[in-house]
Amino acid sequence: MNLQLLAVITVDGLVYASYLFMVAVGLTVIFGVQKVLNVTHGAFYSFGAYLAAQMIGLYYGADWPAYGGFAIIVLSAVFLGVVFAFLIERGLLKYLYHRDEHIIVLATFAAFLMLEDIQILIWGMNPYLAFQPMAELGTTDIADLTFDNYSLSMIALSFVIAAVLWYALKRTIWGKMLLAVIYDREVSQAMGINVTAVFLGTFMIGAFLGALGGAYIAPTISVQPGIGVEVIVLAFAVVVIGGMGSIPGALIGSIIVGLSRAAAVHMLPEVELFVIYAIMALVLAIRPQGLFAPVQARKI
Amino acid sequence: MTNVLQVTDLHKSFGGVVAADNINISVDEQEIIGIIGANGAGKTTFVNMVTGYMPPTSGAIVFKGQSIIGLQPRDITKLGLTRTFQIPQVFLSESVFDNLTLAYGIAEQSGIDLFKPLHTEKRAATVDAHLERYQIKEYRDMAASALPQGVRKLLDIAMATVRRPSLLMLDEPTSGISVEEKFNIMDIIMNALKVENTTVLFIEHDMEIVERYVSRVIAFYQGEVICDADTATAMQNPKVREFVLGQDKYNAEASGNNGHA
Amino acid sequence: MKGVYDKTFWGLTIGLVAVLLLNLFLADWLRGIGLQSLSRGMVALGLLVLWRTGLVSFGHALFFGFGAYTAALLQRVGINDFFVLLLAGTASAGLLAYGLGFLLRRYRAIYFALLNMAFSMILWGVIAKLEVLGSTDGIGVRPPSYLGFAFEGETNQMILFAFTAIFTYLVALATHLYLRSTLGHLTMAVRENEIRVEYLGYSVERAIHLKYIISGLVAGFGGVVMAFAVGHVDPDSMAYWPVSGDFVFITILSGSGNVAAPIIGAVVYEMIRSYAFEYFPHVWQLIMGGSLLLIIMFLPDGLWSLLERTRRKKSVG
Repeated sequence: MNLQLLAVITVDGLVYASYLFMVAVGLTVIFGVQKVLNVTHGAFYSFGAYLAAQMIGLYYGADWPAYGGFAIIVLSAVFLGVVFAFLIERGLLKYLYHRDEHIIVLATFAAFLMLEDIQILIWGMNPYLAFQPMAELGTTDIADLTFDNYSLSMIALSFVIAAVLWYALKRTIWGKMLLAVIYDREVSQAMGINVTAVFLGTFMIGAFLGALGGAYIAPTISVQPGIGVEVIVLAFAVVVIGGMGSIPGALIGSIIVGLSRAAAVHMLPEVELFVIYAIMALVLAIRPQGLFAPVQARKI
Repeated sequence: MTNVLQVTDLHKSFGGVVAADNINISVDEQEIIGIIGANGAGKTTFVNMVTGYMPPTSGAIVFKGQSIIGLQPRDITKLGLTRTFQIPQVFLSESVFDNLTLAYGIAEQSGIDLFKPLHTEKRAATVDAHLERYQIKEYRDMAASALPQGVRKLLDIAMATVRRPSLLMLDEPTSGISVEEKFNIMDIIMNALKVENTTVLFIEHDMEIVERYVSRVIAFYQGEVICDADTATAMQNPKVREFVLGQDKYNAEASGNNGHA
Repeated sequence: MKGVYDKTFWGLTIGLVAVLLLNLFLADWLRGIGLQSLSRGMVALGLLVLWRTGLVSFGHALFFGFGAYTAALLQRVGINDFFVLLLAGTASAGLLAYGLGFLLRRYRAIYFALLNMAFSMILWGVIAKLEVLGSTDGIGVRPPSYLGFAFEGETNQMILFAFTAIFTYLVALATHLYLRSTLGHLTMAVRENEIRVEYLGYSVERAIHLKYIISGLVAGFGGVVMAFAVGHVDPDSMAYWPVSGDFVFITILSGSGNVAAPIIGAVVYEMIRSYAFEYFPHVWQLIMGGSLLLIIMFLPDGLWSLLERTRRKKSVG
């Protein structure tokens, strides 16, 4: 294998990994706290992509300062995070926490189907393109190859997200409260922690991260129907590989999957589509709790 | 007397913690043995090892002349060594009758036969007779989850005896049962088992129960057997008094008996 | 005890006779809906067997797709007999389930669901990438022959539907007998208390493995029927993850009370789907998702519980 190929695989793999991480991290946050494998996460992603693409289109059409496009991306995600948290967590999951875990997954699958149509009702079937922020950042040459800076910035953004979440969990009172709720919901409630608020807050952050994934990726893709269906199953794979509910797991899982897929694309394209699921099956077979299983509270 | 169970040099450690060490126990047919010891003394670990729930680190377990080390609980069950649990292990959402019927189905059928219907009139009659033996017929159609604790314990034991085991291990048959009920329930159990000539080995904390029902006591302390003797002797054993029965109570009694108070 | 001839037997038999009679008068598009219902209903029946033991698979499109593609590929190499293809598709899916079962039987809860999903997505990825397997475009499936007799157009559909109904009847009946057997009752036992099952003298893993094989077999059967019903197989409609989601949908919609439930549930599902698609093409997924949510919220034990409720009322009143 020559060096150039190695460089391409590494950079492509890391870019793809950061894409996966941004999508998967919100899913794992919600699973970690609420124990809900949330299929609507795919819709958070696609709504994020659509809203950002549309807003970016409007923004650049108005000829305002170019870098403001990034603010648009973040604001779109914040908006959707709040809306979806109330819609899905307060409007649906609240009534289902006592039910079987499979039923909850299926309920989010049902909500996902509905959101797919709502998305088409809002934005139609035609693709949206919002390349401007990407054009804004230009390109870089690595090993005689040209990479666009926007994609590279996704790698940086992923690490920022991971670092912020890690800090929030390990070093803040909020993180401590969250861990308490994860360990024992009832005891936390008795201790005076507002579990309802914690759930809503967590879901908001998770939904925001999902939407941010979509919004940030929007400039690099053609935003069209079906992107949510595609992404949710990838996110499932990453989360399972890393360990459901684990943030470092999501990071490592993304990197493993990203690099393997990039290697497959460049060296063995036949396996490109399923290499991720093969890894997922392998990890489940060998270490079902994932590579980085979060600590489980013993309940006796 | 024919030997039923022969345990030799049994040893078990979890990481660095020794849960069982140098255990040698021999059980003869139709014996009624009580296992006593403080919490964490290794009693349940012993039962778990003998019934295949966890393998010992070293040692030998021979049941009716056959080594059962490495066998699964289901295989050991089939050989005629069964057990019950501190917390009754029953099918909670099913009725008492259905619980026992399934137990009989598994015991009576194997291989391709298992595809035959579970509920037959013949089996229903067998099950009803069994329920009568354990005096829980009146709860026949009640879901196991709705049963009083004592009845649930009886159901657990009834399920463990459908194969007419030659050796039955009971893990604290009276735990969770009220003081008023305990003798009544133990009478039911012991009478039913006596009819079938079952050898019984049970873990018990309640010394009143031990003194009343068993002929031989094995005392555990920190994973080792500190005493193996007939009940009266064991109760007087100084080690048993110190580590199992608790000194205060028996010192007081002993001094009272000796008239030195 | 009533032996084989219980209420379910008579219910299924009457149902079969009714369907066979209806078949003679049905419009072709309704026959299409009927075929698809039987196909999906069979997969849901397999999921019912698993569900009764507390297991849910998010990947049974694996066996569905495997059965369908087995039939489609065998047809390509010249085997065109309905009975041979149905048997081969069903058996191949069963064999796959047998193999994977050695691994899957060790898993429970969400891990079981997701491991199934991973395998189904591998199948999807393999089919979508391989030209031999028709890639994303899929492969066409011709009307089969029946012991040397071939039919065209509507006659073929009629014959296909009749035979499918008969086989579905046999499979449902066999499953019913299985569920009534000691092994079938172990379903409940495994869900409730695995330790007790082991200490009664039966292997929990073996019980689950058998269920898994049964569910794989019937899902493969459903796949072959679907291949003939739509005359085409492709990865997205045979093996992609939402296909598995739809199967679980039908299972929940139906309820687990009886082997007839998934078949009835599949007909209802297919009706809602066809009408929604026909009259509200832009919001049909909205309607499907909404119906599913309503069922989850207000009819947690599925349509079958509705039937049982009315029956109970009658017997009281």
